[in-house]
Amino acid sequence: MTEMGAGVDQLHEGEGGGLLDVRGLTKIFGALKACDAIDLSIGKGEIHALLGENGAGKSTLVKMLFGALEPAAGEIHWKGQPVAIHSPGAARHLGIGMVFQHFSLFEALTAAENIMLSLDEKTPILQVAERARELSKAYGLPLDPFAHVGDLSVGERQRIEIIRCLLQKPDLIILDEPTSVLTPQEADKLFETLETLRDEGKSILYISHRLEEVKRLCDRATVLRHGKVVAHCDPRQETAASLARMMVGDEVATVKRTGSVDAGGQALLEVRELSRPSANPFAVPLRKIDLLVRSGEVMGIAGVAGNGQGELFEALSGEALQQNAATIRIRDKDAGRLGISGRRLLGAAFVPEERLGHGAAPQMRLSENLFLSRHVTDAKALMGAFGTVRTGALAKAAARIVKVMDVRKSGEDPEASALSGGNLQKFIIGRELDRQPAVMVVNQPTWGVDAGAAARIRQALIDLARSGSAVLVISQDLDELFEMCDSVAVMHDGRLSAPMPIAEATFEKIGLLMGGATPERSELPEEAETA
Amino acid sequence: MFESVLITIATAATPLLIAAIGELVVERSGVLNLGVEGMMVMGAVTGFGVAITTGSPWLGVFAAILVGAAFALLFGFLTLTLVTNQVATGLALTLLGLGVSGMIGEAFIGLPGVKMSPWVIPVLSDIPLVGRFLFAQAPLFYISILLVIGVSYFLFSTRAGLTLRSVGDNHDSAHALGIRVIAVRYAAVMFGGACAGLAGAYLSLVYTPQWIENMTAGRGWIALALVVFASWRPWRVLAGAYLFGAVSIGQLHAQVIGVSVPSQLLSALPYVATIVVLVLISRNRRLTMVNTPACLGRPFVPAR
Amino acid sequence: MRLELIKRPQHSVLFSAISPLIALVLTMIAGAIMFSVLGKNPLDALYYYFIDPLRETWSLHELAIKAAPLILIAVGLSVCFLSNNWNIGAEGQFIAGAIAGSILPVVFPDFQNWLVLPLMLIMGMAGGAAYAAVPAFLKARFNTNEILTSLMLVYVAELFLDWIVRGPWRDPGGMNFPETRDFHSFAILPELMPAAGRANWGIVFAIIAALVLWFVLGKTRKGFEIRVLGQSPRAGRFAGFSASRMVMVAFLISGALAGLAGISEVAGAIGQLQPSISPGYGFTAIIVAFLGRLNPLGIVAAGFVLALSYLGGEAAQISLGLSDKAARAFQGMLLFFVLGCDTLIHYRIRLVGRAPQVREAAEHV
Repeated sequence: MTEMGAGVDQLHEGEGGGLLDVRGLTKIFGALKACDAIDLSIGKGEIHALLGENGAGKSTLVKMLFGALEPAAGEIHWKGQPVAIHSPGAARHLGIGMVFQHFSLFEALTAAENIMLSLDEKTPILQVAERARELSKAYGLPLDPFAHVGDLSVGERQRIEIIRCLLQKPDLIILDEPTSVLTPQEADKLFETLETLRDEGKSILYISHRLEEVKRLCDRATVLRHGKVVAHCDPRQETAASLARMMVGDEVATVKRTGSVDAGGQALLEVRELSRPSANPFAVPLRKIDLLVRSGEVMGIAGVAGNGQGELFEALSGEALQQNAATIRIRDKDAGRLGISGRRLLGAAFVPEERLGHGAAPQMRLSENLFLSRHVTDAKALMGAFGTVRTGALAKAAARIVKVMDVRKSGEDPEASALSGGNLQKFIIGRELDRQPAVMVVNQPTWGVDAGAAARIRQALIDLARSGSAVLVISQDLDELFEMCDSVAVMHDGRLSAPMPIAEATFEKIGLLMGGATPERSELPEEAETA
Repeated sequence: MFESVLITIATAATPLLIAAIGELVVERSGVLNLGVEGMMVMGAVTGFGVAITTGSPWLGVFAAILVGAAFALLFGFLTLTLVTNQVATGLALTLLGLGVSGMIGEAFIGLPGVKMSPWVIPVLSDIPLVGRFLFAQAPLFYISILLVIGVSYFLFSTRAGLTLRSVGDNHDSAHALGIRVIAVRYAAVMFGGACAGLAGAYLSLVYTPQWIENMTAGRGWIALALVVFASWRPWRVLAGAYLFGAVSIGQLHAQVIGVSVPSQLLSALPYVATIVVLVLISRNRRLTMVNTPACLGRPFVPAR
Repeated sequence: MRLELIKRPQHSVLFSAISPLIALVLTMIAGAIMFSVLGKNPLDALYYYFIDPLRETWSLHELAIKAAPLILIAVGLSVCFLSNNWNIGAEGQFIAGAIAGSILPVVFPDFQNWLVLPLMLIMGMAGGAAYAAVPAFLKARFNTNEILTSLMLVYVAELFLDWIVRGPWRDPGGMNFPETRDFHSFAILPELMPAAGRANWGIVFAIIAALVLWFVLGKTRKGFEIRVLGQSPRAGRFAGFSASRMVMVAFLISGALAGLAGISEVAGAIGQLQPSISPGYGFTAIIVAFLGRLNPLGIVAAGFVLALSYLGGEAAQISLGLSDKAARAFQGMLLFFVLGCDTLIHYRIRLVGRAPQVREAAEHV
């Protein structure tokens, strides 16, 4: 490991050898220096990791390399020549390809049309499809060129992105958090593909915050923190803990899961045979879901994105009602026909996946966003005569939550969209915890949240459970689930597996279930093989 | 009789078709321009004025297209560059068009217009039953059919058309791939404006060769409804336009024959039909959801 | 050169307040240019448009008469627009209210007592609300585009009014003119100060409606519900509010107010039903609503501004021979500038030159 300072220069290892040399690259958004004088060099045939927390500036940096953002200062050297990359087209022309984290695909178009859009030359669509098919065979990435993207799973979508990128014959491939949407088994396959590509002499810039996979896959690493390079290192010489320290800049806050759960605790949230037809063509139907969360327990629901977690959340929260009132029971009361306000009155609280636009209204102030989920349960405290809103009481309550959850903000009562993702999430979680709910359902509690805030949120949820509530956490992040849950169930294609005590669960077991294997025949399903 | 009815239906359908096919391209790029009525009425007044001043209906048509596109450019500047609300801005465009056309057109009220003469294609126009309907029409009729063919080919068989559809489906993805979202949308919006202007010129140079204030009488709005009715498919726009043409001609004939229903209530029929059709289409949520361009009406501000 | 928008971290309080004023100034500049093109002295024209109608008391009364329907309709529309329901058929609801409210004095002319007027007002509101309920129901139930349906219903209402005053409701003693009998005295909305001018209770209704809705929108949970459902429907649903119920509520409120405007107009300024009873109030009110930034108190001010443009149009026609159609063009321009200036509330606008990048690229390639 080389800490920032004298060591940085020596890692530039010669001007000629590097494929990409970045010096002093800077990007400023308003008052924020998202990237501050970044240096980075990537050699031919290496897998280079770009490490950093959420918000450290990784995405901003690669967007500049791919021409999607313009740097404010700094130089980019490509194969020894200084270049200015004004557009993604220019980047592709140089030989830089990119696989996006939030896929840049068009759902209404076919895979082949999607691929065609990023090719510069005019190739007939059938020829594009043929070349895509050949590549997909060569790299073991099965793909149907004429399928509409809207009908495909996230794993399949990522394959389209990768093939689209490979078709441009790039020298450098940038992958932004590629495994965040994959099962562990799918991730293994991806690593094999990437290693093949490296052996062919291609270079890869691999962005991740998952340290184990970086240690396994990458030859070198550059670590970012608060927009600055803090270290260049060889990840194989480091431990996960030392890498994490570099990323966070401090000892990583750990979450304490104290005490065991009383198996005989009172059932606070019960779901029996919950089915729900898909409300629209892009939704997943729910199929006979059974679920029981007891007092004192944190239960996790794992699964690859788009397998019905959002639909399950809506069914639990009451944003979508059930046919039969007894399908969902909250604190021993039938709640299936109750709307979200009715379920809140029974003592339940909900935190959806989307912060802006679902959990909070972006252009409303924090105090108004407090009112958003509390206006029924706390009507006495928050409302006055004639249906008026007591703004003074709201402001006080909002200030209390801000203090308890350590929400960093500028201004007295800013609009929700002005907060960073992590701080807004702390506020939204705090808003519900403030009520001491008996049942808490959280979808993706720490998605896109920095490590410090994530640890705080997880600890708060565990503490809530230990104080006698039932907590249900839906998450795609297996590390998170293993860190906080007492038991884990897996969601696949609208079905929920039986829960597994955390002591018996392993990444492999959960990963197989995420891929759709039934517990009896632990094997990969066919649909993952053929597209 | 049969043929003359067909021809009058075509006369009623053609302006709807031209305006709707233009708006279809606009909406496929993800922009909702509710100002069709305004651009159309501007096209009508401009086409009429230039035609009677110069004596050339073709110059009138040309000017109408330019004015339609210019009005669309104004809409584009607000919604695409200044990211204003598309619904409100479209309404503003309609109000502005109705106001400005009324002001300009005051000088033209009561003047006899210049009627565009039909192009009769020899031999083919003698085919029984459909010959005169298909081959002895005003030039703009042929242009309307060519527009449908052209737009259909453009959207589904060319790279540029694919790019336009991609922008309407997901502007963020398109931007990430380096497609110039705003430029594509400007082009689409201006094409839509040009079509609306042309449709207006058809009204004042072919349909009723004179200037009457607000002579579009809601046709721009019906064109918008047609795009929804057609679920954003060019050939279905053609079918829809002729269906509406038939309804409006049907009620005119009923008035002539002297059906014992008041003429005003018969005149309301096309508007009521529009509502009924919209309800029938929107009842099928699956159909509308799959076909609606995903970014329709959503503002786009690129990060720089 | 191109314009670049930079999102403000929070909306600008300053520009929320002054953007309508900037828009007004820009409209006047554009109007002056338009008048010069038409060969008129722009200063004269602006004088007749914006100053002359304010010089005499009777003229101020006329201003109130024009402002009343605009304000009534626009405050109702603000509820719709804030909750993201695009009711653009207020003109039709205005007519529906006028017709429904006229049933008593036209069909039952012998029923004459002090009850008639209150009943007329209630029936007018009910008529407007019922007419607005059609697009609302279709949207809530079938997800039908309310913009198109509410607008189509305007044409239907206009044709229906035309038919009813020429046909069944035509004044039997009216020499075949297409109009109903004159309303009897119990059916006339009283003037406020008969000695000074014609202004009637319509303006009072308008200001009461604006005050009530200002309170509801700004201070109550209902107002919060309206705003949150308009800004982010999913967050609104998460709050436990129902978007489809809000469609009905918003349309019924705005329909009722447009209907009240309609019956107040025929029972006040006109005194009978005629084939045409509105110089486009229902559409101009859209401009009023946006110029008032969807705030009921702002709408009161905006209503007077647009009313002035109607009167100014007449004044300019008489004095300068300017077409009264110019007023409509003027109003359309105003909405454009209002919408354009609102961009300043959420964005900073920067003019960027392309030049430096080109040089950089030339050096490096």
